[in-house]
Amino acid sequence: MTETHNTVLVTDGLTVIGRPSYVKIISDVSITVRRGEILGLVGESGSGKTTLGLSLLAHCKRATEIVDGSVEVTGKELAHLSEKGVRALRGRVVAYIPQSPASALNPALRLRVQLREALHDTSLSSEQIDRRVREVLREVALPDDDAFLKRYPHQLSGGQQQRVAIAMAFVGRPDVIVLDEPTTGLDVTTQAHVLKTIRTMTRDYGTAGVYISHDMAVVAELADEIAVMYRGEVVERGRTDEVLSLPRHTYTRRLLAAVPLLRTSGHESVEPRGEPLLRVSGLNASHGRLPVLQGVDLSIFPGECVALLGESGSGKTTLSRSVVGLHHQFTGEMFFDGQQQATSSYRRTAEQRRRIQYVFQNPYEALNPRKRVRDQILGPYRHLSGRPEDPDAVVAGALERAALPASYAERFPEQLSGGERQRVCIARAIATRPDLLVCDEITSALDVSVQAEIVALLRNLQEDGMALLFVTHNIALVSNIAERVAILHQGRIVEHGTVGKVMSAPEHEYTRALITDTPDFEHSFAPVEQRIDQNSTDMTSPT
Amino acid sequence: MSEISTGTNTSRRRGGGLFRTAWGFGRTKIGVALTVLIVLVAVLGPFIAPYTPTEFITKPYETGVDGTVFGGDNRGRDVLTRFLWGGWTLLLLAAASAGIGVLAGTVIGVVAGYRGGWIDDVLMRANDVLLAFPQLIAALLVMSIIGPRVWLIVVIIAVSHMPRVARVIREATRKVIEQDYIKAVEAIGMPRHRIMAVEILPNVTSPLLVELGLRLTYSIGVVAVLGFLGMGLQPPTADWGLMINENRQGMSIQPWAVALPVTAIAILTIGANLITDGLSRASIGIDRGVEK
Amino acid sequence: MFRLVVVRLFFGALTLWVVSLVVFAATQALPGDAAQLILGRDATPERVEVLREQLNLNDPVAVQYMQWFQGIVQGDLGTSFSNRQPVAEYLAAPIRSSLTLMGLSALVATPISLLVGAFSALRRDRGFDHVSSTGTLVIASVPEFVIGILLILLLGPGGFDLFPSVYSRNGDWDQWILPVFTLALAVAPPIVRMMRATMIEVLESEYVQQARLKGMDERIVLWRHAAPNAIGPVAQVIALQLAWLAGGVVAIEFLFNFPGVGKELMDGIDNRDVPLIQASVLLIAGVYIVVNLVADVIGLAANPKVRVANR
Repeated sequence: MTETHNTVLVTDGLTVIGRPSYVKIISDVSITVRRGEILGLVGESGSGKTTLGLSLLAHCKRATEIVDGSVEVTGKELAHLSEKGVRALRGRVVAYIPQSPASALNPALRLRVQLREALHDTSLSSEQIDRRVREVLREVALPDDDAFLKRYPHQLSGGQQQRVAIAMAFVGRPDVIVLDEPTTGLDVTTQAHVLKTIRTMTRDYGTAGVYISHDMAVVAELADEIAVMYRGEVVERGRTDEVLSLPRHTYTRRLLAAVPLLRTSGHESVEPRGEPLLRVSGLNASHGRLPVLQGVDLSIFPGECVALLGESGSGKTTLSRSVVGLHHQFTGEMFFDGQQQATSSYRRTAEQRRRIQYVFQNPYEALNPRKRVRDQILGPYRHLSGRPEDPDAVVAGALERAALPASYAERFPEQLSGGERQRVCIARAIATRPDLLVCDEITSALDVSVQAEIVALLRNLQEDGMALLFVTHNIALVSNIAERVAILHQGRIVEHGTVGKVMSAPEHEYTRALITDTPDFEHSFAPVEQRIDQNSTDMTSPT
Repeated sequence: MSEISTGTNTSRRRGGGLFRTAWGFGRTKIGVALTVLIVLVAVLGPFIAPYTPTEFITKPYETGVDGTVFGGDNRGRDVLTRFLWGGWTLLLLAAASAGIGVLAGTVIGVVAGYRGGWIDDVLMRANDVLLAFPQLIAALLVMSIIGPRVWLIVVIIAVSHMPRVARVIREATRKVIEQDYIKAVEAIGMPRHRIMAVEILPNVTSPLLVELGLRLTYSIGVVAVLGFLGMGLQPPTADWGLMINENRQGMSIQPWAVALPVTAIAILTIGANLITDGLSRASIGIDRGVEK
Repeated sequence: MFRLVVVRLFFGALTLWVVSLVVFAATQALPGDAAQLILGRDATPERVEVLREQLNLNDPVAVQYMQWFQGIVQGDLGTSFSNRQPVAEYLAAPIRSSLTLMGLSALVATPISLLVGAFSALRRDRGFDHVSSTGTLVIASVPEFVIGILLILLLGPGGFDLFPSVYSRNGDWDQWILPVFTLALAVAPPIVRMMRATMIEVLESEYVQQARLKGMDERIVLWRHAAPNAIGPVAQVIALQLAWLAGGVVAIEFLFNFPGVGKELMDGIDNRDVPLIQASVLLIAGVYIVVNLVADVIGLAANPKVRVANR
C-alpha cells in the first residue's frame, strides 16, 4: 500500500488498552484511507472495531486509553494533541456517524440547534450557517424547511434520524468520516438508500470514509478497501476485490464462508407430499384494534422448511406466535395434522403443544438466568411428556442433537456464549420431539459465523424429519435453508413459491425491490472449507 | 471483551452470588458489623441488665449514682437497664412489619405485573390512594383514634409499605415478563401460578432483597418515631423510642437517657442501610450510570 | 401535554377526595360508638352525648360525611373541642409557621444538594465523591428526629451550647437554626444522589459523546447538551422531597416544640380533639398530594417527547 498524496488518514501502530486491567482492546493497528474512498472495517462483536473507530477521533470511552501509535488526518497528528486542539479538528476534519442515531441525537434539542452547532466555524455568519445546513439537508434528501428544522429527534423515523446524523457529519465538510454500523436496525430498503447516500456523499465531497460493520455483504458492495479485525488486531487488509477473491487469513475465509448467499442452486424441494402438517387459511390477526395480518394462507408439509420473509412490522412475529398459541387475537383456520388449533396455548392439548415448538429471536432473553441448562430442558419436558424414566438421557440426547456436549447440562446461561445459548434453546425445543419447529429470527442476534453454524444445525434437524417454519428478515438466509418461501408485506403474503422460483423470477414488485436492495454477495474465491463444521466452537466464546 | 459480560443485563448473578458480590464492598462489611452489634445488644441486653426495667434506683435524672453506669431516667430508673431492655421490641416490631409488608407487596406486585388488565388497574389505583398519605401521618391518624396497640403498629406500617414494595416488584416483574423465557413456558401451557412462582419470583429476588432492606430501615425509623411521639409502645415498657420521649425534657442535665437509644437507633439504621446499599449495588451493577 | 396535565389534576383531586373519605372513616365512622372511643372508657355519659351531638353521630354515616365534606369545601373545618375556636382560624398561624419552616429548609437544602451532586458526578470515584456518597448514605438512613436529637446533643445547651434547642414565642431568630438545619439534612441526601446519578447518566450518554465528537466546547456540552436532559428527573426528586417534608415536619416540630401544624396535630391527639386532628391530617395530606402533583407535571414538562406530542 503505497501512500500517495491522496492519503488523508493514516494510523500507525495504534494501541488502546483498558484501565485498570491493561488488556489491549486494539493493538498495533495500522490503516490508511485515500480521499474519496471507503475503507470497510469488518469484524464480529468484541473485535474492537468500535474502539478503533472512536480512536480515529482521538476519543476514548471511559476507562480506556490510547497508549501507543499515531492517528494522522491530513497530516495532523491527533492522538497526542491537546484536548482543545482535537476539539477544533472534530467535525471539520474528522466526523463521526453513530450506530444508533435514536440515542446519539440529543432528545432535548431541536434539529436546527444540533445541525448548526456541528459547523462550529466562527468565521461564518448566521445566514451562511443557515444556508449550509439547508444545503446539506437537501443533499441527504431531507426537507430543508423551517418546520423540519424545528422538530425534535423523536419526531423523525429511524431512516430520517440516520440521515440527520449523516447531514450533521457532512455539514462541516470533513476530510475523514467514521461510520459505525450506521444501518443497524434499518430495513433493507432504507438501508439501501442510506448506503447510496453515504457513497455519493463521500465521492462528491472527496471524503475518506471508514465504514465499520459486521456485515461482509454490505462492505463488499460499498467499500474500496477492506480491513478485517479479529480480537483487536487487523488480520487482513487489501483492495476489496482482492480480499474477496483471495483471502489470505484463515479468519477472513471463515468469515466469508459464513456469509449466506443470496442465490443458491441447490436445496430444491421434492413435490408436496400428501396432507400438509400445518395449514393456515384466511388468518386475520390484530393487536388491540390495529390489524396486523390479513387473510394469510400458509401450509407446511411434513419434513419441509418454509421460510417466512418480512421486514420489521410486517407481522411475521405475530404470525409465528399465533401458530404456537402465544398471540391470541386471531381468527381463521389453523389446522395442525388435521386438528383445528385453539387460539391460546392454554386451550390446546398437551400433545398439540408438544408437537409444535418455538425458538425465540434473542437467546439472551429466552433462557431463565436462574436455571441450569438441565432444568431448562427438563421443565418443559416434564410438563408436556411427563416424568422421564431417565432424565439424564433426555437432557444428553437433546443437547447432542443440538450439537452440544452433555456436560453443558450443569451450566447456567451466563456461562454460555450467544451461539451456545441458542443451541440450548433449540435443545429445549426438540427435547420433546416436536413435528414442527417455529424459528423466529433465531440468528439475527448472533454473529455471522455463529449464524452459519445454527443454519447447518437446523438443516440436520430437518433431515431427521422435522418440519421448520423459518421466520427471517434476511433474504440471503432464505435460499440457504428453505425449500419454499412466503413473503409477508404489511400483513399480507404477497408472494409464495419454491425458493428457486421466487429468487430468480420474483413476481411481486415488493419481492423484486427486496432482492435488488439486498447486497448481492458471491464467493469469488474457491471455498476450501465448504461450511463451518457445526461442532466447532463459537469464535466469540470466552476462553 | 466477551459478549457474555457486556451484552446481557439479564444474566444476574445467581442466588448466593448476590450476597457474595455485596460482601465484596467494604461498606457492606461495616454495615453487617454495625447491625450485628445492635442486634446483640437488643437480644442479649435483658440477660445482662443489672436491674429490672421498672425498678426505681435513683432520683429523677440523677447521675453519678453508685451501682449505675449512666445514672437514672426521668423517674429514677436505671438508664443502662432500660436501654438494654428497650431494643428487642423495636427490632421485633420493625422486622415483623417489614416482613409482612414486603411479603404482601411482593404478591401484589407479581400478580399485578404479570396478569395486567383490570387486576393491575385495581391494585395500582388502590396503591395510589395508600401512597397519598405520608407514611407517618397515616399511622398517627389511625393510632390517635383506636389507640396505640402493638398489633396495630405492625399492621399500619406493613400496610404503608405494601404499595411501595408492590410498585417496585411490579416494575421488576414487567421487565422479567418481557423476556422470552416467560413466553417459552407460556407456549407450552405452564400454569400461570407456576410461572409466577417458578419463573418470575426467582428473577425478582434482587430487587426484593433490596426492598426488604430498605423497608426494614424505614420500619425501624417509623417504629422509633412513633415511640418518640408517644404513639408507640406505652409506659412503663422499656423501649428506645419511648425512652427518648420520656427523657427529652432532661436532655441537658441527663443526656445519657436520650443519647444511648438515639445512638443505637442511628447505628442500627445506618448498618441496615449500608447492607441494603451493598445489595443494591450488587444487583444493579456498581451504580446507576456505570453499567447500564 | 395539556390533556395529560388535566388528567393528572383530575386524579389529584380524586385522590384528595378519597383521602377525605379515609380521614373521615378513620375518625368518625368507626364501628361501635365513635364518641365513646374518642373520649375513652372513663368518660361520663353526658359528655359522650354532647360529642355525639357535635359530630352528628345520630345521623346516618352518609349524611354525616356529606355535612362534614360540605363544611370542608366551604372552608369550615369544624370547631375545636379543646379551645372552642373554629379550627380554620385556629390553624392559620401554625400553617404559616410550618410553611415558613419547610420553605427555609428547602431553600437551604436544594442549591447545596445540587452543587454537591453535580460536583460528585464530575469528580466521579475520587475523594470528594466517596465522602459525599458515604455521607449522604449515612444521613439518609437515620430517621429525621434522630438527626435532630443528635444536633441538639451536639450544638444545644447540653453540648456546645450554640443554639437554643426549644422554640419559644419570644425567642431570637437563632431558634430557627436547628429545626431548619435538621430538616435540610433530612431532605438533602436523595437530591444529592439523584443529581449525581442523573449527571453521570447524561454525561455517559451517546448524545453527549456525539456532542463531544462534533467538537463542542466542554461548556456547551455541559450546559446545552447535558443540563436540559438532567433537569427533569432532578426536579422531580426535589418536589418529592418537599412533599416528604409535609410528613417529616411533624416529628421535628414535636421535638423542637415548634408551633406548626404538626405540633397542633400531636396536641390534638393528646386532647382527643377530633376536628383538629381531621383538619391537620387533611392539610398535611393535601400539601403532600399537591406537591406530588407538581412533581408529576414537572416530569412531564421536562420531557420533549411529551411536551411536543407526536400527534
